[in-house]
Amino acid sequence: MAKNNKAVLTGTHFLSGDLACAEGALAAGCRFFGGYPITPATEIAERMARRLPQIGGIYIQMEDEIASIAAVIGASYAGKKAMTATSGPGFSLMQENIGLAVMTEAPLVIVDIMRGGPSTGQPTMPGQQDVMQAKWGSHGDYEIIALAPSSVQEMFDLTIECFNLAETFRVPVMLLADEIIGHMWERVEIPPSNEITIINRKKPVVPPREYHPFQPDDDLVPPMACFGEGYRFHATGLTHDEKGAPKTVSIPEQTKLVKRLCGKIRTNTDTIIQVKEVTLEDADVVVVAYGIASRAALSAVRKARTQGIKAGLLRLITIWPFPEKLVAQIAEQAKAIIVPEMNCGQLVREVERAAKTTPVSLLSKLGEEPHRPSEIVEAMRRM
Amino acid sequence: MNNKDLMLQHPLAKYLRQERMPHIWCEGCGNGILLNSFLEALDELQLDLDNIVVISGIGCIGRAAGYVNVDSFHTTHGRAIPFATGVKLANPQLKVVVISGDGDLFAIGGNHFIHAARRNVDIKVICANNFNYGMTGGQYGPTTPLEAWTTTTPYGNIEHPFNLVHLAAASGAVYAARWTTLQVRRLKASIKKALQKEGFSLIEVISPCPEIYDRYNKLGTAVEVMKWFKLVSEVHKAYDPAKAVITKNRIIIGEFVDIEKPSYGRLLREMTAQVKEDLEGENTK
Amino acid sequence: MRTEIRFAGFGGQGIIRSGLMLATAACIWGDKNAVQTQSYGPESRGGSCKSEVVIADEEIDYPKVDEPDIVMIMSQEAYNKYVSTAKKGATILLDPSMVTEVESSLHLKTYNIPATKIAQKLGKTIIANVVMLGALTAITKIVTPEAMKKAVAQNVPRGTEKLNLAAFKRGYEYGRQLKG
Repeated sequence: MAKNNKAVLTGTHFLSGDLACAEGALAAGCRFFGGYPITPATEIAERMARRLPQIGGIYIQMEDEIASIAAVIGASYAGKKAMTATSGPGFSLMQENIGLAVMTEAPLVIVDIMRGGPSTGQPTMPGQQDVMQAKWGSHGDYEIIALAPSSVQEMFDLTIECFNLAETFRVPVMLLADEIIGHMWERVEIPPSNEITIINRKKPVVPPREYHPFQPDDDLVPPMACFGEGYRFHATGLTHDEKGAPKTVSIPEQTKLVKRLCGKIRTNTDTIIQVKEVTLEDADVVVVAYGIASRAALSAVRKARTQGIKAGLLRLITIWPFPEKLVAQIAEQAKAIIVPEMNCGQLVREVERAAKTTPVSLLSKLGEEPHRPSEIVEAMRRM
Repeated sequence: MNNKDLMLQHPLAKYLRQERMPHIWCEGCGNGILLNSFLEALDELQLDLDNIVVISGIGCIGRAAGYVNVDSFHTTHGRAIPFATGVKLANPQLKVVVISGDGDLFAIGGNHFIHAARRNVDIKVICANNFNYGMTGGQYGPTTPLEAWTTTTPYGNIEHPFNLVHLAAASGAVYAARWTTLQVRRLKASIKKALQKEGFSLIEVISPCPEIYDRYNKLGTAVEVMKWFKLVSEVHKAYDPAKAVITKNRIIIGEFVDIEKPSYGRLLREMTAQVKEDLEGENTK
Repeated sequence: MRTEIRFAGFGGQGIIRSGLMLATAACIWGDKNAVQTQSYGPESRGGSCKSEVVIADEEIDYPKVDEPDIVMIMSQEAYNKYVSTAKKGATILLDPSMVTEVESSLHLKTYNIPATKIAQKLGKTIIANVVMLGALTAITKIVTPEAMKKAVAQNVPRGTEKLNLAAFKRGYEYGRQLKG
């Protein structure tokens, strides 16, 4: 199956989440992968190492994750759709250059198959412990986009979506999956390539002399020239003006740039955010969940309904930017909210902030076993 | 005559982003000589400027990328080489040059340097070696000589410095040369050679740091440092890089490595072509 | 209908691969929904190892095994750890040369499959898991033998298909005789 010179393997497959992610990247047009082996994301690198040369793409195994993300930013600036994949320890090493990608508005995709931390933690065990790091891991103020798949099919679909969002907003986009989803095998339907929506970065429409690499359009996103296209532009991690010139002491330039980098995501949250709602219309108790925890939550909501509990599920596909407005609306109607997470309570803080006075209860899980549906049903009864 | 008029008359003006001038470097700093040599090399080779990318890390010389009128990128500290690796592999048509400092390339970025050299990625590294971290005010770094005074070696440096050309040779570079900012013609010739050669190249440029390192270590004015360069520089051909240590009394300069070896990009393209050919063969069976 | 199957043993016995073969058979050639998950330690060989499969006609929400209907066990440690988690009346398949101490009082349907011995006779101990899968197919009828054979052939190293299919056949026959 992996022996194929096609980028899009149209058909029905039985794949692991990691493999589906790699296939999604290829289908999205990814032609550069820079990575470093790490459990439980290694299978993505292995698949890319095999598949990319088959379709004329580039795989390189760098000396560490710092180098991986640096190479990916470089490849993106040289015009390729580029990706890296890692897990917690590698994600930590990437943080400084994630800031560089934000500052220089490099479209790229970072996959984090979350395992148990802190530190080396439990390499082969699941976790959802990098959720806050994804949002706040690099220094400074910024916005990124992070999606949380909950099935192998979504590992394929959302990887494509990550590339499309990265290209639309010129921002690093993260696919935050957990070890269970990464290593789980399920059916994947890969559609014909002409049925897959592909978005490419917008290019400058002005001649090189008039091109300002960081001058935004109305959507706050600047068109992107790439190296070698004759625009001869400069990009820097320093605060810069629209021409890319460093502005290291100017208050107006610092304010303007940082506000725009945040603003291009914040003003577009409605088009970015994706959720899945299950029997929310009349729900008294709402489970807000993402990733593997949302699978148990779905089962729990179905079970609860058969037992006469008015339960609903808000499954977050987009976790950053956080769907604050939506959670606030749901909280107005619900009597209680339950947040099952495989950490000590991370996204629950965002839910609490949005839910205001509605009681929010965290169901925390650490280690090998994810939440069981019965545990979530019990929590509903307690509320 | 004001600065702007001077600039307009400069024969290399078209290679610079003139609106970024004046540069941030101190009077007497070697960075200007290094940059000038690079621009002259570009001029003499008449390379298509649209196909050149200059990438730098952090530090005084790191600003060079912003001054050159080609595609350029100023990365995070130490990461110019892996960024350049991504650029070169993604678009092999580009000539990719890293211009950065000794601290950036060999302390925080040291691991990237040895691995890019090992892979023989086709990038040209021009290193301004001023023996210290100048931008942060003169701390010791991976090239600071033993006993030297810096703000973080107030009792004298007790760490042994790297011999950069030896490191490059041992790591797999196909070209390694060292000059001081005094030997401008030889420096330019080296840059031209590296630009025309396939594979990973290092050109080390020993450079005065008159306001910081040279002052702390009582080496005198920039002119006096240049005189010192003249006094102690020994040009050799194919000298053993392992023995090319730098001391107060002797700086061995010259070309230390000049060999041929297929670059990473070439091997990658050959492998990819073979994989595709094999697959097509299998599919038509 | 949702059926939960657990495979347990130690690393190197093909435990994860067994789960994968069953799930592939059900999903790709069995017209059902299936999901396989796994749990293993950092060791490639020797550590305890678990693979779980859920097979259902309907969409599978919760992908993990809660109370297994079928358990295939290939080590004493796995037996001690997992036999008590099986659903009442669950089907247990175990290899008696790997599991020597068995509790008899449990309300379980236990089948002894001498998979390691059969595999040894065929020339390779490593295919014991496929012998077990053959027996499992015959006893539980969770997938058809045809679907299972396709999944086995697709999931073994190239050049070993024949040997593995022979192992499957021997296991299947043994299981059918046991079942009666």
